[in-house]
Amino acid sequence: MAILKPNKFNRIFSFDHFAALVLVLFVGSLALLLGAVVSYLDYHSFPAIFRNPDIMFALRLSLWTASASALLAVMVAVPVGYVLSRFKFPGRFLFDAVVDIPIVLPPVVMGLCLLVFFRTAPGQAIEGAGFRFVYRQAGIVLAQFFTVTPYAIRTVKAAFDHLDPRVEMVARTLGYTPGRVFWRVSLPMIRNSIIAGGVIAWAVAIGLFGPMMILVGTTRQRTEVLATSIYLELSVGRVQTALAIALLMIAIAMGALTIFKKFGGGRFFS
Amino acid sequence: MLKVDNLSISYPEFYLESLSFEVDDGEYFVLFGPTGSGKTVLFELIAGLRRPMTGEIHINGRNLTRTDPAYRRVGYVPQDLALIPFKTVWQNVAFGLYSKTFRPAAENRRQETEEIARRVSEILEKLKIGHLAKRLPAHLSGGEKQRVALGRALVVRPDIMLLDEPLSALDEGTGNDLMREIKALHRQFGTTTLHICHRREEMRYLADRVAVMRDGAIVRTGYPEEV
Repeated sequence: MAILKPNKFNRIFSFDHFAALVLVLFVGSLALLLGAVVSYLDYHSFPAIFRNPDIMFALRLSLWTASASALLAVMVAVPVGYVLSRFKFPGRFLFDAVVDIPIVLPPVVMGLCLLVFFRTAPGQAIEGAGFRFVYRQAGIVLAQFFTVTPYAIRTVKAAFDHLDPRVEMVARTLGYTPGRVFWRVSLPMIRNSIIAGGVIAWAVAIGLFGPMMILVGTTRQRTEVLATSIYLELSVGRVQTALAIALLMIAIAMGALTIFKKFGGGRFFS
Repeated sequence: MLKVDNLSISYPEFYLESLSFEVDDGEYFVLFGPTGSGKTVLFELIAGLRRPMTGEIHINGRNLTRTDPAYRRVGYVPQDLALIPFKTVWQNVAFGLYSKTFRPAAENRRQETEEIARRVSEILEKLKIGHLAKRLPAHLSGGEKQRVALGRALVVRPDIMLLDEPLSALDEGTGNDLMREIKALHRQFGTTTLHICHRREEMRYLADRVAVMRDGAIVRTGYPEEV
Protein backbone atom coordinates (compact mmCIF):
# COMPACT_ATOMS: atom_id res chain seq x y z
CA MET A 1 0.00 0.00 0.00
CA ALA A 2 1.33 3.42 -0.97
CA ILE A 3 2.11 5.68 1.95
CA LEU A 4 1.11 9.29 1.39
CA LYS A 5 3.98 11.58 2.22
CA PRO A 6 3.67 15.34 2.50
CA ASN A 7 5.41 17.11 -0.38
CA LYS A 8 8.35 19.39 0.22
CA PHE A 9 6.23 22.58 0.30
CA ASN A 10 3.84 21.07 2.87
CA ARG A 11 6.74 19.93 5.04
CA ILE A 12 8.17 23.46 5.12
CA PHE A 13 4.91 25.44 5.19
CA SER A 14 2.04 23.53 6.75
CA PHE A 15 -1.41 24.90 7.58
CA ASP A 16 -0.23 25.31 11.17
CA HIS A 17 2.48 27.69 9.97
CA PHE A 18 -0.06 29.58 7.84
CA ALA A 19 -2.47 29.94 10.78
CA ALA A 20 0.34 31.14 13.05
CA LEU A 21 1.39 33.67 10.39
CA VAL A 22 -2.15 35.07 10.15
CA LEU A 23 -2.27 35.36 13.93
CA VAL A 24 1.03 37.23 14.05
CA LEU A 25 -0.04 39.56 11.20
CA PHE A 26 -3.37 40.38 12.84
CA VAL A 27 -1.96 40.93 16.33
CA GLY A 28 0.88 42.91 14.77
CA SER A 29 -1.59 45.17 12.95
CA LEU A 30 -3.50 45.83 16.16
CA ALA A 31 -0.26 46.52 18.02
CA LEU A 32 0.75 48.99 15.27
CA LEU A 33 -2.58 50.82 15.61
CA LEU A 34 -2.29 51.05 19.39
CA GLY A 35 1.39 51.92 19.06
CA ALA A 36 0.48 54.80 16.75
CA VAL A 37 -1.57 56.39 19.53
CA VAL A 38 1.27 55.97 22.01
CA SER A 39 3.97 57.24 19.61
CA TYR A 40 1.94 60.28 18.55
CA LEU A 41 1.15 61.26 22.14
CA ASP A 42 2.95 64.13 23.82
CA TYR A 43 3.60 62.57 27.21
CA HIS A 44 2.84 65.79 29.09
CA SER A 45 -0.74 65.53 27.82
CA PHE A 46 -1.47 62.27 29.62
CA PRO A 47 -1.01 63.48 33.22
CA ALA A 48 -2.69 66.76 32.22
CA ILE A 49 -6.04 65.05 31.63
CA PHE A 50 -6.13 64.08 35.32
CA ARG A 51 -6.01 67.79 36.20
CA ASN A 52 -8.75 68.71 33.75
CA PRO A 53 -12.09 68.94 35.66
CA ASP A 54 -14.15 68.31 32.51
CA ILE A 55 -12.27 65.11 31.68
CA MET A 56 -12.37 63.98 35.31
CA PHE A 57 -16.14 64.54 35.31
CA ALA A 58 -16.42 62.47 32.11
CA LEU A 59 -14.27 59.73 33.68
CA ARG A 60 -16.41 59.58 36.83
CA LEU A 61 -19.62 59.63 34.77
CA SER A 62 -18.29 56.89 32.49
CA LEU A 63 -17.31 54.71 35.45
CA TRP A 64 -20.58 54.96 37.34
CA THR A 65 -22.88 54.69 34.30
CA ALA A 66 -20.94 51.69 32.92
CA SER A 67 -21.03 50.05 36.37
CA ALA A 68 -24.78 50.65 36.73
CA SER A 69 -25.58 49.36 33.25
CA ALA A 70 -23.31 46.30 33.70
CA LEU A 71 -25.04 45.49 37.00
CA LEU A 72 -28.47 45.81 35.38
CA ALA A 73 -27.24 43.74 32.40
CA VAL A 74 -26.16 40.89 34.70
CA MET A 75 -29.47 41.01 36.60
CA VAL A 76 -31.28 40.52 33.30
CA ALA A 77 -28.72 38.11 31.81
CA VAL A 78 -29.03 35.47 34.55
CA PRO A 79 -32.77 34.70 34.15
CA VAL A 80 -32.75 35.26 30.36
CA GLY A 81 -29.65 33.07 29.86
CA TYR A 82 -31.19 30.39 32.10
CA VAL A 83 -34.49 30.30 30.17
CA LEU A 84 -32.80 30.30 26.74
CA SER A 85 -30.42 27.53 27.81
CA ARG A 86 -32.77 25.25 29.71
CA PHE A 87 -36.25 25.45 28.21
CA LYS A 88 -37.66 24.46 24.87
CA PHE A 89 -40.71 26.55 24.00
CA PRO A 90 -42.41 27.77 20.83
CA GLY A 91 -40.52 30.70 19.34
CA ARG A 92 -37.37 30.04 21.37
CA PHE A 93 -35.13 30.57 18.36
CA LEU A 94 -36.89 33.85 17.62
CA PHE A 95 -36.33 35.06 21.21
CA ASP A 96 -32.70 33.91 20.97
CA ALA A 97 -32.21 35.86 17.73
CA VAL A 98 -33.95 39.02 18.99
CA VAL A 99 -31.76 39.04 22.11
CA ASP A 100 -28.70 39.23 19.83
CA ILE A 101 -29.97 42.12 17.70
CA PRO A 102 -28.13 44.84 19.66
CA ILE A 103 -24.84 42.96 19.02
CA VAL A 104 -25.21 43.20 15.25
CA LEU A 105 -27.05 46.53 15.17
CA PRO A 106 -24.90 49.68 14.80
CA PRO A 107 -25.00 51.24 18.31
CA VAL A 108 -26.08 54.57 16.84
CA VAL A 109 -29.28 52.90 15.59
CA MET A 110 -30.01 51.75 19.15
CA GLY A 111 -29.69 55.38 20.26
CA LEU A 112 -32.04 56.47 17.49
CA CYS A 113 -34.58 53.76 18.46
CA LEU A 114 -34.53 54.98 22.05
CA LEU A 115 -34.87 58.64 21.04
CA VAL A 116 -37.82 57.88 18.78
CA PHE A 117 -39.39 55.69 21.47
CA PHE A 118 -39.45 58.61 23.89
CA ARG A 119 -41.36 60.61 21.29
CA THR A 120 -44.12 57.97 21.15
CA ALA A 121 -47.07 57.76 23.56
CA PRO A 122 -45.59 55.04 25.84
CA GLY A 123 -42.26 56.86 25.94
CA GLN A 124 -43.96 60.17 26.74
CA ALA A 125 -45.94 58.44 29.47
CA ILE A 126 -42.71 57.12 31.03
CA GLU A 127 -41.11 60.57 30.93
CA GLY A 128 -44.37 62.12 32.16
CA ALA A 129 -44.26 59.78 35.19
CA GLY A 130 -40.94 61.35 36.15
CA PHE A 131 -38.54 58.79 34.62
CA ARG A 132 -36.66 61.15 32.33
CA PHE A 133 -33.95 59.79 30.04
CA VAL A 134 -33.56 62.06 27.01
CA TYR A 135 -30.59 64.42 27.51
CA ARG A 136 -30.21 63.06 31.06
CA GLN A 137 -27.52 60.95 32.72
CA ALA A 138 -30.12 58.20 33.24
CA GLY A 139 -30.34 58.06 29.44
CA ILE A 140 -26.66 57.10 29.29
CA VAL A 141 -27.35 54.09 31.53
CA LEU A 142 -30.42 53.17 29.46
CA ALA A 143 -28.56 53.33 26.13
CA GLN A 144 -25.64 51.35 27.55
CA PHE A 145 -27.97 48.80 29.13
CA PHE A 146 -29.79 47.95 25.89
CA THR A 147 -26.55 47.78 23.93
CA VAL A 148 -24.46 45.68 26.34
CA THR A 149 -26.97 43.30 27.91
CA PRO A 150 -26.79 40.80 24.98
CA TYR A 151 -23.06 40.35 25.66
CA ALA A 152 -23.81 39.41 29.27
CA ILE A 153 -26.66 37.13 28.17
CA ARG A 154 -24.39 35.28 25.71
CA THR A 155 -21.76 34.70 28.41
CA VAL A 156 -24.25 33.50 31.01
CA LYS A 157 -26.19 31.33 28.54
CA ALA A 158 -22.97 29.63 27.41
CA ALA A 159 -22.20 28.86 31.07
CA PHE A 160 -25.65 27.34 31.63
CA ASP A 161 -25.21 25.31 28.40
CA HIS A 162 -21.99 23.82 29.81
CA LEU A 163 -23.40 23.12 33.28
CA ASP A 164 -23.79 19.40 34.03
CA PRO A 165 -27.55 18.94 34.64
CA ARG A 166 -26.81 15.76 36.64
CA VAL A 167 -25.41 17.84 39.50
CA GLU A 168 -28.73 19.68 39.70
CA MET A 169 -30.67 16.40 39.38
CA VAL A 170 -28.80 14.81 42.27
CA ALA A 171 -29.35 17.94 44.36
CA ARG A 172 -33.09 17.52 43.71
CA THR A 173 -32.99 13.96 45.09
CA LEU A 174 -31.17 15.29 48.17
CA GLY A 175 -34.27 17.22 49.19
CA TYR A 176 -33.89 20.53 47.36
CA THR A 177 -36.64 22.27 45.38
CA PRO A 178 -35.78 23.63 41.89
CA GLY A 179 -35.52 27.17 43.30
CA ARG A 180 -33.11 26.17 46.04
CA VAL A 181 -31.05 24.10 43.56
CA PHE A 182 -30.76 27.20 41.36
CA TRP A 183 -29.53 29.42 44.20
CA ARG A 184 -27.35 26.86 46.01
CA VAL A 185 -25.90 24.85 43.10
CA SER A 186 -26.46 26.29 39.62
CA LEU A 187 -25.72 29.95 40.33
CA PRO A 188 -22.50 29.36 42.33
CA MET A 189 -21.32 26.97 39.60
CA ILE A 190 -21.51 29.71 36.95
CA ARG A 191 -20.31 32.51 39.25
CA ASN A 192 -17.18 33.16 37.20
CA SER A 193 -19.17 33.42 33.98
CA ILE A 194 -21.55 35.91 35.60
CA ILE A 195 -18.56 38.03 36.61
CA ALA A 196 -17.11 37.66 33.09
CA GLY A 197 -20.45 38.70 31.58
CA GLY A 198 -20.56 41.76 33.82
CA VAL A 199 -16.98 42.71 32.95
CA ILE A 200 -17.49 42.44 29.18
CA ALA A 201 -20.75 44.41 29.47
CA TRP A 202 -18.92 47.07 31.50
CA ALA A 203 -16.05 47.25 29.00
CA VAL A 204 -18.40 47.64 26.02
CA ALA A 205 -20.52 50.20 27.91
CA ILE A 206 -17.60 52.44 28.80
CA GLY A 207 -16.58 52.71 25.14
CA LEU A 208 -20.03 53.45 23.69
CA PHE A 209 -20.32 56.61 21.67
CA GLY A 210 -23.11 56.55 19.07
CA PRO A 211 -26.21 55.98 21.22
CA MET A 212 -25.01 58.57 23.73
CA MET A 213 -24.64 61.24 21.07
CA ILE A 214 -28.18 60.58 19.82
CA LEU A 215 -30.06 60.11 23.11
CA VAL A 216 -28.30 62.41 25.58
CA GLY A 217 -25.95 64.51 23.46
CA THR A 218 -22.64 65.62 24.96
CA THR A 219 -22.80 68.56 27.32
CA ARG A 220 -19.77 69.40 29.44
CA GLN A 221 -20.20 68.59 33.13
CA ARG A 222 -23.62 67.07 32.44
CA THR A 223 -23.72 64.20 29.92
CA GLU A 224 -20.12 63.97 28.72
CA VAL A 225 -18.52 60.52 28.97
CA LEU A 226 -14.98 59.53 27.95
CA ALA A 227 -15.96 58.39 24.45
CA THR A 228 -17.73 61.67 23.74
CA SER A 229 -14.84 63.59 25.35
CA ILE A 230 -12.58 62.36 22.55
CA TYR A 231 -15.06 63.70 20.00
CA LEU A 232 -15.36 67.06 21.78
CA GLU A 233 -11.59 67.48 22.15
CA LEU A 234 -11.00 66.62 18.48
CA SER A 235 -13.73 69.01 17.36
CA VAL A 236 -11.93 71.92 19.04
CA GLY A 237 -8.52 70.83 17.71
CA ARG A 238 -7.04 69.47 20.98
CA VAL A 239 -5.64 66.32 19.39
CA GLN A 240 -3.17 65.59 22.20
CA THR A 241 -5.90 65.63 24.86
CA ALA A 242 -8.04 63.37 22.68
CA LEU A 243 -5.09 60.97 22.32
CA ALA A 244 -4.45 60.98 26.07
CA ILE A 245 -8.11 60.09 26.71
CA ALA A 246 -7.83 57.35 24.07
CA LEU A 247 -4.78 55.93 25.86
CA LEU A 248 -6.71 55.95 29.13
CA MET A 249 -9.58 54.08 27.47
CA ILE A 250 -7.18 51.53 25.95
CA ALA A 251 -5.77 50.87 29.42
CA ILE A 252 -9.27 50.49 30.89
CA ALA A 253 -10.31 48.13 28.06
CA MET A 254 -7.20 45.96 28.44
CA GLY A 255 -7.71 45.73 32.19
CA ALA A 256 -11.35 44.71 31.69
CA LEU A 257 -10.39 42.12 29.06
CA THR A 258 -7.80 40.59 31.37
CA ILE A 259 -10.42 40.20 34.11
CA PHE A 260 -12.94 38.86 31.55
CA LYS A 261 -10.55 36.12 30.43
CA LYS A 262 -9.51 35.29 33.99
CA PHE A 263 -13.14 34.58 34.89
CA GLY A 264 -13.74 32.18 32.02
CA GLY A 265 -14.95 34.56 29.34
CA GLY A 266 -13.45 32.20 26.78
CA ARG A 267 -16.80 30.40 26.65
CA PHE A 268 -18.47 33.50 25.24
CA PHE A 269 -18.19 32.38 21.66
CA SER A 270 -18.85 28.66 22.23
CA MET B 1 -40.13 -2.07 49.96
CA LEU B 2 -40.09 -0.86 46.37
CA LYS B 3 -42.91 -1.80 44.03
CA VAL B 4 -42.77 -0.84 40.37
CA ASP B 5 -46.04 -1.52 38.61
CA ASN B 6 -46.58 -1.48 34.83
CA LEU B 7 -44.14 1.40 34.29
CA SER B 8 -43.81 2.75 30.73
CA ILE B 9 -42.08 5.69 29.14
CA SER B 10 -41.36 6.44 25.50
CA TYR B 11 -38.98 8.93 23.89
CA PRO B 12 -37.70 8.89 20.33
CA GLU B 13 -34.32 7.61 21.52
CA PHE B 14 -35.45 5.10 24.18
CA TYR B 15 -38.44 3.44 25.80
CA LEU B 16 -39.44 1.29 28.73
CA GLU B 17 -42.36 -1.04 28.30
CA SER B 18 -44.69 -2.16 31.10
CA LEU B 19 -42.00 -2.79 33.72
CA SER B 20 -43.18 -4.49 36.89
CA PHE B 21 -41.07 -5.79 39.77
CA GLU B 22 -40.76 -5.68 43.54
CA VAL B 23 -37.72 -5.27 45.76
CA ASP B 24 -38.00 -6.36 49.41
CA ASP B 25 -36.87 -4.34 52.39
CA GLY B 26 -33.10 -4.46 52.77
CA GLU B 27 -32.65 -6.45 49.56
CA TYR B 28 -29.71 -5.86 47.20
CA PHE B 29 -31.25 -5.92 43.74
CA VAL B 30 -29.02 -5.80 40.67
CA LEU B 31 -30.19 -4.64 37.25
CA PHE B 32 -28.06 -6.40 34.71
CA GLY B 33 -28.04 -5.83 30.97
CA PRO B 34 -26.35 -4.24 27.99
CA THR B 35 -25.93 -0.50 27.43
CA GLY B 36 -29.09 1.13 26.12
CA SER B 37 -31.48 -1.33 27.71
CA GLY B 38 -33.13 1.40 29.80
CA LYS B 39 -31.58 0.80 33.25
CA THR B 40 -30.57 4.41 33.87
CA VAL B 41 -33.96 5.67 32.67
CA LEU B 42 -35.60 3.32 35.17
CA PHE B 43 -33.45 4.83 37.95
CA GLU B 44 -34.43 8.34 36.87
CA LEU B 45 -38.09 7.33 37.01
CA ILE B 46 -37.70 5.90 40.52
CA ALA B 47 -35.83 9.02 41.65
CA GLY B 48 -38.56 11.23 40.17
CA LEU B 49 -36.32 12.89 37.61
CA ARG B 50 -38.59 11.74 34.79
CA ARG B 51 -42.35 11.28 34.67
CA PRO B 52 -43.69 7.89 33.50
CA MET B 53 -46.39 7.73 30.84
CA THR B 54 -48.16 4.91 32.65
CA GLY B 55 -47.63 2.87 35.78
CA GLU B 56 -46.93 3.51 39.45
CA ILE B 57 -43.99 3.56 41.84
CA HIS B 58 -44.57 2.67 45.50
CA ILE B 59 -41.91 3.00 48.18
CA ASN B 60 -42.75 1.60 51.64
CA GLY B 61 -46.42 1.52 50.71
CA ARG B 62 -46.61 5.16 49.56
CA ASN B 63 -47.52 5.91 45.94
CA LEU B 64 -44.71 8.29 44.88
CA THR B 65 -45.39 8.27 41.13
CA ARG B 66 -46.20 12.00 41.06
CA THR B 67 -44.12 13.04 44.07
CA ASP B 68 -41.39 15.64 43.62
CA PRO B 69 -37.85 14.12 43.72
CA ALA B 70 -37.05 16.30 46.73
CA TYR B 71 -39.53 14.36 48.89
CA ARG B 72 -39.02 10.74 47.72
CA ARG B 73 -36.18 9.91 50.14
CA VAL B 74 -34.20 8.18 47.38
CA GLY B 75 -30.39 8.21 47.45
CA TYR B 76 -29.08 8.42 43.90
CA VAL B 77 -25.47 7.89 42.77
CA PRO B 78 -25.36 8.54 39.01
CA GLN B 79 -22.72 7.05 36.77
CA ASP B 80 -20.82 10.34 36.43
CA LEU B 81 -21.19 10.93 40.22
CA ALA B 82 -22.19 14.60 39.77
CA LEU B 83 -20.29 15.94 42.77
CA ILE B 84 -20.70 19.66 43.35
CA PRO B 85 -17.36 21.00 42.09
CA PHE B 86 -17.11 24.11 44.29
CA LYS B 87 -17.87 22.26 47.54
CA THR B 88 -15.33 20.28 49.56
CA VAL B 89 -15.73 16.57 50.28
CA TRP B 90 -17.26 17.44 53.68
CA GLN B 91 -19.68 19.96 52.16
CA ASN B 92 -20.68 17.55 49.38
CA VAL B 93 -21.47 14.80 51.87
CA ALA B 94 -23.29 17.15 54.26
CA PHE B 95 -25.26 18.86 51.45
CA GLY B 96 -28.44 16.76 51.72
CA LEU B 97 -28.58 17.11 55.51
CA TYR B 98 -29.28 20.84 55.15
CA SER B 99 -32.44 20.22 53.09
CA LYS B 100 -35.92 20.19 54.61
CA THR B 101 -36.42 16.53 53.72
CA PHE B 102 -33.28 15.16 55.35
CA ARG B 103 -32.54 17.73 58.07
CA PRO B 104 -31.88 15.80 61.33
CA ALA B 105 -34.48 16.22 64.05
CA ALA B 106 -33.07 18.46 66.76
CA GLU B 107 -34.31 20.85 69.44
CA ASN B 108 -32.22 23.79 68.30
CA ARG B 109 -29.79 24.94 65.63
CA ARG B 110 -26.72 23.99 67.64
CA GLN B 111 -27.89 20.44 68.19
CA GLU B 112 -28.74 20.16 64.52
CA THR B 113 -25.25 21.35 63.49
CA GLU B 114 -23.65 18.89 65.93
CA GLU B 115 -25.76 16.03 64.62
CA ILE B 116 -24.89 16.87 61.00
CA ALA B 117 -21.18 17.01 61.91
CA ARG B 118 -21.43 13.68 63.74
CA ARG B 119 -23.18 11.92 60.86
CA VAL B 120 -20.83 13.31 58.21
CA SER B 121 -17.73 12.38 60.25
CA GLU B 122 -19.12 8.89 60.81
CA ILE B 123 -19.79 8.24 57.12
CA LEU B 124 -16.43 9.72 56.04
CA GLU B 125 -14.63 7.40 58.46
CA LYS B 126 -16.65 4.36 57.31
CA LEU B 127 -15.75 5.14 53.71
CA LYS B 128 -12.10 5.84 54.67
CA ILE B 129 -12.12 9.36 53.26
CA GLY B 130 -11.99 11.33 56.52
CA HIS B 131 -8.54 12.66 55.61
CA LEU B 132 -9.96 14.12 52.36
CA ALA B 133 -12.67 16.20 54.05
CA LYS B 134 -11.27 19.57 53.01
CA ARG B 135 -10.41 18.65 49.41
CA LEU B 136 -12.37 19.70 46.36
CA PRO B 137 -13.63 16.95 44.00
CA ALA B 138 -11.17 18.06 41.30
CA HIS B 139 -8.32 16.89 43.53
CA LEU B 140 -9.64 13.37 44.13
CA SER B 141 -8.98 10.07 42.35
CA GLY B 142 -11.80 8.14 40.68
CA GLY B 143 -12.18 5.77 43.65
CA GLU B 144 -12.20 8.65 46.15
CA LYS B 145 -14.87 10.51 44.15
CA GLN B 146 -16.95 7.34 44.09
CA ARG B 147 -16.73 7.08 47.89
CA VAL B 148 -17.79 10.72 48.29
CA ALA B 149 -20.82 10.16 46.05
CA LEU B 150 -21.73 7.04 48.06
CA GLY B 151 -21.31 8.93 51.33
CA ARG B 152 -23.48 11.79 50.11
CA ALA B 153 -26.31 9.39 49.26
CA LEU B 154 -25.93 7.23 52.40
CA VAL B 155 -25.62 9.99 54.99
CA VAL B 156 -29.23 11.11 54.49
CA ARG B 157 -30.43 7.57 55.35
CA PRO B 158 -32.66 7.17 52.29
CA ASP B 159 -35.41 4.57 51.98
CA ILE B 160 -33.93 3.33 48.67
CA MET B 161 -30.40 3.58 47.25
CA LEU B 162 -29.85 3.71 43.48
CA LEU B 163 -26.28 2.98 42.35
CA ASP B 164 -25.72 3.46 38.61
CA GLU B 165 -22.61 1.50 37.61
CA PRO B 166 -20.60 2.69 40.62
CA LEU B 167 -17.58 0.55 39.75
CA SER B 168 -17.44 0.82 35.97
CA ALA B 169 -14.98 3.74 35.79
CA LEU B 170 -12.52 2.21 38.26
CA ASP B 171 -9.52 -0.04 37.65
CA GLU B 172 -9.99 -3.68 38.68
CA GLY B 173 -8.18 -3.43 42.04
CA THR B 174 -9.95 -0.26 43.18
CA GLY B 175 -13.25 -1.58 41.85
CA ASN B 176 -12.92 -4.83 43.82
CA ASP B 177 -12.02 -2.96 47.02
CA LEU B 178 -15.03 -0.68 46.65
CA MET B 179 -17.27 -3.62 45.78
CA ARG B 180 -16.40 -5.25 49.12
CA GLU B 181 -17.00 -1.98 50.94
CA ILE B 182 -20.37 -1.51 49.28
CA LYS B 183 -21.35 -5.00 50.41
CA ALA B 184 -20.18 -4.25 53.97
CA LEU B 185 -22.04 -0.93 54.02
CA HIS B 186 -25.20 -2.63 52.80
CA ARG B 187 -24.95 -5.20 55.58
CA GLN B 188 -24.42 -2.45 58.13
CA PHE B 189 -27.11 0.02 57.01
CA GLY B 190 -29.56 -2.50 55.51
CA THR B 191 -30.78 0.05 52.97
CA THR B 192 -32.83 -1.38 50.10
CA THR B 193 -30.45 -1.00 47.16
CA LEU B 194 -30.77 -1.15 43.38
CA HIS B 195 -27.50 -1.44 41.51
CA ILE B 196 -26.83 -1.29 37.77
CA CYS B 197 -23.87 -3.29 36.51
CA HIS B 198 -22.40 -5.00 33.46
CA ARG B 199 -19.88 -7.34 35.09
CA ARG B 200 -21.00 -10.83 36.02
CA GLU B 201 -18.62 -11.17 39.01
CA GLU B 202 -19.88 -7.87 40.42
CA MET B 203 -23.48 -9.03 40.03
CA ARG B 204 -22.76 -12.43 41.64
CA TYR B 205 -20.87 -10.93 44.57
CA LEU B 206 -23.38 -8.20 45.44
CA ALA B 207 -26.83 -9.32 44.38
CA ASP B 208 -29.52 -10.92 46.49
CA ARG B 209 -31.64 -10.96 43.34
CA VAL B 210 -31.08 -9.96 39.74
CA ALA B 211 -33.24 -8.56 36.95
CA VAL B 212 -31.92 -8.85 33.40
CA MET B 213 -32.99 -5.96 31.18
CA ARG B 214 -32.94 -5.84 27.39
CA ASP B 215 -34.54 -3.34 24.97
CA GLY B 216 -36.54 -1.53 27.63
CA ALA B 217 -37.99 -4.62 29.26
CA ILE B 218 -37.13 -7.03 32.10
CA VAL B 219 -36.56 -10.34 30.40
CA ARG B 220 -35.73 -12.35 33.48
CA THR B 221 -35.52 -12.10 37.28
CA GLY B 222 -34.00 -14.55 39.70
CA TYR B 223 -31.17 -15.32 42.09
CA PRO B 224 -27.64 -14.60 40.82
CA GLU B 225 -26.75 -18.25 40.38
CA GLU B 226 -29.84 -18.80 38.22
CA VAL B 227 -29.27 -15.89 35.83
